[in-house]
Amino acid sequence: MTLLVALTLFALAVFLGLELITKVPATLHTPLMSGSNAISGITLIGALVSAGSDHSTLTTVLATVAVALATINVVGGFLVTNRMLAMFQTRRKRDQ
Amino acid sequence: MTVPDLIALGYLAAAVLFILGLKSLGRPRTAARGNLLGATGMFVAVVVTLLDRAIVDFRFLAAGVAVGALVGALLAMKVQMTGMPELVALFNGFGGAASVLVAGATFLEVVDLGNVDDQLAVAAALTALIGAVTFTGSLVAFGKLRESLRWSSFAGLHVVRAAAFVASLVLATVVVVQPASTGWFWALVAVGLLLGVLATIAIGGADMPVVIALLNAFSGVAASTTGFVLDNSLLIIAGSLVGASGLILTQIMCNAMNRSILDVVFSKAAVVQSGSHDDAYADGVTSTSAEEVAMLLEVASRVVVVPGYGMAVAQAQHAVRELMTTLEGMGTEVVFGIHPVAGRMPGHMNVLLAEAEVDYEHLLEMDRVNPTFAQTDVTIVIGANDVVNPSARDESDSPIAGMPILDVDESGTVVVIKRSLSPGFAGIPNPLFVADNTLLLFADGKQAVLDIVGALLEG
Repeated sequence: MTLLVALTLFALAVFLGLELITKVPATLHTPLMSGSNAISGITLIGALVSAGSDHSTLTTVLATVAVALATINVVGGFLVTNRMLAMFQTRRKRDQ
Repeated sequence: MTVPDLIALGYLAAAVLFILGLKSLGRPRTAARGNLLGATGMFVAVVVTLLDRAIVDFRFLAAGVAVGALVGALLAMKVQMTGMPELVALFNGFGGAASVLVAGATFLEVVDLGNVDDQLAVAAALTALIGAVTFTGSLVAFGKLRESLRWSSFAGLHVVRAAAFVASLVLATVVVVQPASTGWFWALVAVGLLLGVLATIAIGGADMPVVIALLNAFSGVAASTTGFVLDNSLLIIAGSLVGASGLILTQIMCNAMNRSILDVVFSKAAVVQSGSHDDAYADGVTSTSAEEVAMLLEVASRVVVVPGYGMAVAQAQHAVRELMTTLEGMGTEVVFGIHPVAGRMPGHMNVLLAEAEVDYEHLLEMDRVNPTFAQTDVTIVIGANDVVNPSARDESDSPIAGMPILDVDESGTVVVIKRSLSPGFAGIPNPLFVADNTLLLFADGKQAVLDIVGALLEG
């Protein structure tokens, strides 16, 4: 991927992100934050390649720690968001 | 189809799932599905990544995933809803740290192989800085939210912070010019870690919603710059999406406080006056009792409850819910007025009240509840202060002038439940407390509400 292609992706994704999230009701502020935070744990895929490429002891150690931290971010983030949203939903079901 | 093609297709699918997920997360009806879509995207991305031929040894990454999944799941299942701001701050920090470590490991590897180019060096330097700031900034926020960290501003903070910022720019330039000396990279990480502490150390509790949203954006940007290091399209796309949504949330929070991001980070305004405020309230404070409040509520036809951070501290959300049920049983209309920055993170009050099973329909946002205060008999303010301070509206020289507030003083009677007359975060007196139609109930939030409920049931 050339730098220009990478920059294009970056710019388009930023604008897309700004358009996607414009009016969010306050009730969803926290779930949106923790859910999007879990998505930013995408660094995990970079960490996986690095931790498995067996380059040197130092890079393997750094990358393995990165895998653990990113996995906490991803697993914890999606689970806790799910827990919060389930709380919102049970109420709606009970009301109906 | 070759393996790299398969991986690229998997990443494309993941990117689409993230976009759909984020879109759905912004709407009440689809939010839960949105979270699932995001998680599915992540699963797809991880699975296709494992096909990468560069991975020759699965032992360490499996160990990392196992430990991370266990810790993450435990944290997510154990946390109480009152502890949510801390957890979100912690996760933000871990994301930032992971980005720094990945960029660092890749940078070392590429330098060893002698393949380093400008794009990689610039991206690695940016990731080192942004990721490190996100990590320590989040840890400081975490400590402050747990109230285990009592650091605050010190003389010369602005100078030290400016010096650290300049040093980080110089080091970043050196990393780009001399990538082969990898020591500079770690020096840059170290300065970034320091900068993260210096940037958040002076930030007070009421600014926390802005800071958490901003750190959320940073963790996304760090993932995006890591994508430039790895030449990985999915990291660039997903990171930028999160960065953008974090920025929007930050903007919403800033508007709700009438402050700019720079004001918050450089801790402008919010002048803390020294000395006790008891004098300011010496005349005119009318204190009341739970029984008296119950009598007022018995004859009220409309009641608004305005919660703030104090409700979270006192864990009073379940008691408040009980009060709502009791009053509704007596035919009284009860709604909640929620200020966007009430609490310590965006949406804090909504999460707490949802935990206590208060219906979504009962929570009114500021624009909707403000026109109704004039028709409200009793407003109960529990643990909120600055967001109901009329001087933001009436006094142009007030430090919080222009901040949108909940106009609780327009209701028939205002009952303020507070432990003491301590000033709010902004450190300014609140004229609401001495208003003619305001009664103060000095007590712990939870106990006070339970006492009121008890008195209502007796009477």
